[in-house]
Amino acid sequence: MSIRSEVITQFEQVAREQDRSLAPLADRLELLDSGLDSLCLAIIVARLEDSLGIDPFTTAQDAVFPVTVGEFIGFYENAAK
Amino acid sequence: MPRNDLKSLWDAISAGKLSSRFVAGHHATVALSDLAAASCLLGGSEQLRDRSVLIATKDQVTAALALIELDGIARRLILYPHDLPIEHIRFIVASARVDAIVSDRMSPEDSGAVGTLISCGFPVQPAQCDRTPGCATEWVLLTSGTTGRPKMVAHTLSSLAGAIDVSAPQAHPVVWSTFYDIRRYGGLQIFLRAMLSGGSLVLPGAAEPAADFLIRAAALGVTHISGTPSHWRRALMSQSAQQIDPQYVRLSGEIVDQPILDHLRSFYPRAKIVHAFASTEAGVAFDVRDGLAGFPASVLERTGDSVEMKIEEGSLRIRSPRTSAGYIGHQSGGLTDPDGFIDTGDMLERRGDRYYFVGRRDGIINVGGLKVHPEEVESVINRHPEVRMSLVRARRSPLTGALVVADVVPKTAPERLSDLEAEILRLCREGLAQHKVPVAIRFVSNLQVAETGKLVRQPCVMSS
Repeated sequence: MSIRSEVITQFEQVAREQDRSLAPLADRLELLDSGLDSLCLAIIVARLEDSLGIDPFTTAQDAVFPVTVGEFIGFYENAAK
Repeated sequence: MPRNDLKSLWDAISAGKLSSRFVAGHHATVALSDLAAASCLLGGSEQLRDRSVLIATKDQVTAALALIELDGIARRLILYPHDLPIEHIRFIVASARVDAIVSDRMSPEDSGAVGTLISCGFPVQPAQCDRTPGCATEWVLLTSGTTGRPKMVAHTLSSLAGAIDVSAPQAHPVVWSTFYDIRRYGGLQIFLRAMLSGGSLVLPGAAEPAADFLIRAAALGVTHISGTPSHWRRALMSQSAQQIDPQYVRLSGEIVDQPILDHLRSFYPRAKIVHAFASTEAGVAFDVRDGLAGFPASVLERTGDSVEMKIEEGSLRIRSPRTSAGYIGHQSGGLTDPDGFIDTGDMLERRGDRYYFVGRRDGIINVGGLKVHPEEVESVINRHPEVRMSLVRARRSPLTGALVVADVVPKTAPERLSDLEAEILRLCREGLAQHKVPVAIRFVSNLQVAETGKLVRQPCVMSS
């Protein structure tokens, strides 16, 4: 499974679990407008650490934290390189 | 009121009937009547008069006998639990000015700078013992401190026995038992209850499996038995739990939830199930006999009782003659506020006309600034009939600081686990705020229970 599809799967699953209505996911969609709050994002980051074995939020030294869904996916793709 | 009538433990024990009373351990049973003209202290107790004595035995029964023999004789008695690392002894010897050690396991070299080492053990040896009380002995209990060194909490026999009602004589012989070690507050209460109210006592051995202990306790006719909720959850996993038929079951030391009370009631339908709140520093505050978790709000408003309680900043504060006289040594801060109240650090929440303990102030998980008491989440998880026990802990999160995760010991078959996970999460979502719901559930075969009888909680877990 690609990193992109894994991230999207987790967005959809956590939104379902947390009873959130998820905006249609597009790369330019801002995370804050996705319908997920910071707790949902924290859960997604924890799940991705388990499934992908990486946590760029902890390991990234000087990267700018992602603002949009596309940046979020890129953040993980870069960390996996 | 404080039990100022207590001259010494032996004085109180020997004032009553001694026949058929005993203290039984894994390796030896001692009849209390034998103690009248015998001693477990090789060399006798007389040379320990007015000394500061560290009791560091492996065997609980030896410690029990030493306490019986030395209260009123020694100036100070320090109770050293057998599982406490031996390297703390030097620190305790210096801080508590120990000038004699009673032990069944130490050699003179181990005792270092302490001049007197008294061996003790079985069988008790005939001895002419002058147990005329000479002083009000200070009893010192060790609790875990924040720096890794134990804190030394000072009591007297009167403060320790303050909650023990000896006015109602028992129609039938009472045989007490406890999963606790009697060198810890919860166990010491049971030891003193047995000794001061005319009963006997059955104690577990240091390495005795719980199942064997229960069989032995049953054979000795245990009628009253105490432990932490974790002790009880573990005991009820054993077939041997059906061997005992107690009249009285007591829980303390951890938050008592409704499932464990219900489970005990159905397991021991004849027994009175009582849970109590006590701490080493604050002493026994109250017990709850209505079979329900938490306690009635009216307990706080009780007047005319020697124990005063109030809630400040969410935590229970206690002022009573049963509280410790203070810490020994200079490493610890004050015990009470200027008004004499001890802050227990145990957080309460009122729901309807009852208060419920929700956790320890220092055990709070902080999820993005929102507080979670692990015990509150555990109590919801434990409601599921297929959950044996659970431990809720923090998982580090770069976004919220921490998240809540749970380790669960299931009763169920492995193929049911994914359904069980979904059902537990549904229970949590129905009963808890969103940030308190575990983000992951891990099924484990057991959870570590410390010698104190409490679940081992790590201050912060850095990964899942």
